[in-house]
Amino acid sequence: MSQIQQESAREQAVADDRPSEARVTKGLRRAKPAGKVLSHDGLPVRKISWKTRLRRDRQMLLMMIPGVLFLALFFYIPILGNVIAFQDYQPFLGITGSDWVGLQNFVDLYFNPDFWVALRNTIVLALWQLLLFFPVPLGLALIVDSLISTKIRRWFQSLVYLPHFLSWVLVIALFQQVLGGAGLVNNTLRDMGMGTIPFMTNPDTFPLLATIQLVWKDAGWAMIIFLASLAAIDGSLYEAAAADGAGRWRRMWHITLPGLRSIIVLLLILRIGDILSVGFEQFLLQHDAVGPGAAEVLDTFTYFAGVVGGGWSMGAAAGLAKGVVGALLIFAANKVAHRMGEPGIFQKKVG
Amino acid sequence: MATTLHERRSAKRRSKGLSYNPNRPVWKEPASPFYNSIKGLIIGGITLSIVLPILLVVSTSLADDKQLLAAGGFVLWPTHPTLAAYQTIFSSDFMFRALGVSAFITAVGTVLALFITITMAYATSRPVMFGRPVLLLVLFTLLFAPGLIPMFLMVKQLGLLNTVWSLILPGTFAAFNFVVMRSFFMNIPTELIEAARIDGASDFMILRKVVLPLSKAVIAVVGLFYAVGFWNAFFNAMLYINDQTLYPVQLVLRNFVVQGGSMADTIGVATTPPPQSLQMAIVVIALLPILVVYPFLQKHFNKGVITGAIKG
Repeated sequence: MSQIQQESAREQAVADDRPSEARVTKGLRRAKPAGKVLSHDGLPVRKISWKTRLRRDRQMLLMMIPGVLFLALFFYIPILGNVIAFQDYQPFLGITGSDWVGLQNFVDLYFNPDFWVALRNTIVLALWQLLLFFPVPLGLALIVDSLISTKIRRWFQSLVYLPHFLSWVLVIALFQQVLGGAGLVNNTLRDMGMGTIPFMTNPDTFPLLATIQLVWKDAGWAMIIFLASLAAIDGSLYEAAAADGAGRWRRMWHITLPGLRSIIVLLLILRIGDILSVGFEQFLLQHDAVGPGAAEVLDTFTYFAGVVGGGWSMGAAAGLAKGVVGALLIFAANKVAHRMGEPGIFQKKVG
Repeated sequence: MATTLHERRSAKRRSKGLSYNPNRPVWKEPASPFYNSIKGLIIGGITLSIVLPILLVVSTSLADDKQLLAAGGFVLWPTHPTLAAYQTIFSSDFMFRALGVSAFITAVGTVLALFITITMAYATSRPVMFGRPVLLLVLFTLLFAPGLIPMFLMVKQLGLLNTVWSLILPGTFAAFNFVVMRSFFMNIPTELIEAARIDGASDFMILRKVVLPLSKAVIAVVGLFYAVGFWNAFFNAMLYINDQTLYPVQLVLRNFVVQGGSMADTIGVATTPPPQSLQMAIVVIALLPILVVYPFLQKHFNKGVITGAIKG
């Protein structure tokens, strides 16, 4: 997203649609020295006092109030609330009344085996998702794009987006009905005299199950971005290549995949930057079924240790650690994207 | 017959007056049957994987006792469909209440969310005092999340625990939707706004009379994103709500279907249909609103996401 870049470009190049900045065009007057506001054609523009600007923009400022209030209440103040990670927070004492313990909570976290189990699971699940879930939307997009009949294409796309709009509760419920202990597959196996397979309660195969669930739910949705990028590839390239004798696979290797390179790299880097957020509701719902050894991730650890177990400070410490590391990773991933010449999410401000 | 599929199709096309498939670009060679059948298998398999569970669930909810007992709990097609499961569920209050709570949350939440998002997006889309800092404040939320426990404490501090507002207010602003909307507003030609301003309109009037009518599509998309988010949320209810009368549909679904909790107390009827059909009925009730609304909306979603992804 190039919000910041667009913003500064806009301010310098686009004619301001707010009329209080009048143009001063005394013929012989030279352009004002740098530092003054200039309009896009280089002619000097009258500078306005901030009081006038405030009066001019008062309605817009009023418009921003609900949003800023929301952000303050539900984002920035809670971020400050992370201070309890450095305290021994007791609910009846409040933040001001609880003792300060510095980094003790983080040390306790370090020596807490459940935390390491959660961290290990988070990374394992993230790797599975990267290997299995990342290529699937790409492959799907290539297949759908090569479908010639537009009718089939539209039907299939509609169908495949649907699971994205179902809640995780519904998705897990549906999986249970098909793969669960009393589900369709196991019932059929039992009728045929064979033993049942514990698809949904086996902790060892859980990463595979979780990734399959994620693919079922979101691969169709993730496919959209790739489809859009595929459509943006110039069709005449294919034509030229075919005229030169390139077959189907050579065209894909030399035109399609390079054309998708930017978006693949960007999404890959963002995905790696986001590695600690593997999901939450999906694992919370199956926590009892497979046990915490397989289903505990950092976010569920925060929930069970903090809210359920009453260890508020320790939970806050875990959440804070995850948030900070996650932010650093996203930043680093963004830098890597810049290094490779691709636009990242946050671009450096231009000029 | 010794003809291949391709030959038969070409013959059929020729009988309609065409010698080629007009949908295929000229430079593309027709695919071999092997390749086409692999594609067909993949597409068919995916279609089946999505349709089958939904069909299974709907059928089981409509099946009668005998068939359920015979099949061991799951049927693909009910031979004697009956609405007994639904009657039982609706005979007590809890499902109506849950549906009411979810509907309230979704409706009120979406309206509030649209209000906040539109005002913020419009205010930051024009060169305005404080516009840049506020924009940065919003974009920063994409980078970092405050964390579960501080949010819980905040909600508690605001006195919203165990009220329906704890399920509405925290979800009324999502930076992703904000970005989509702001991109759209920034692309509205300034001439239109200048013209309105020359006619003497104030900022509020410009928003109401010029910008909003132009933005109907984007507002529909963003509104739907928010609505789906509100309808599908279950964890915030688990976290903030203890009062059973305030449980939304998703939490009911989790308690009775995923966790397999006993419905006997809640329903309190002497003879009930087998539990699977009751559970499936709840699943269908949770599924139905999305299925019903989906066909009308999916083309809007498609456009909205592409706008957000490419422009944003």
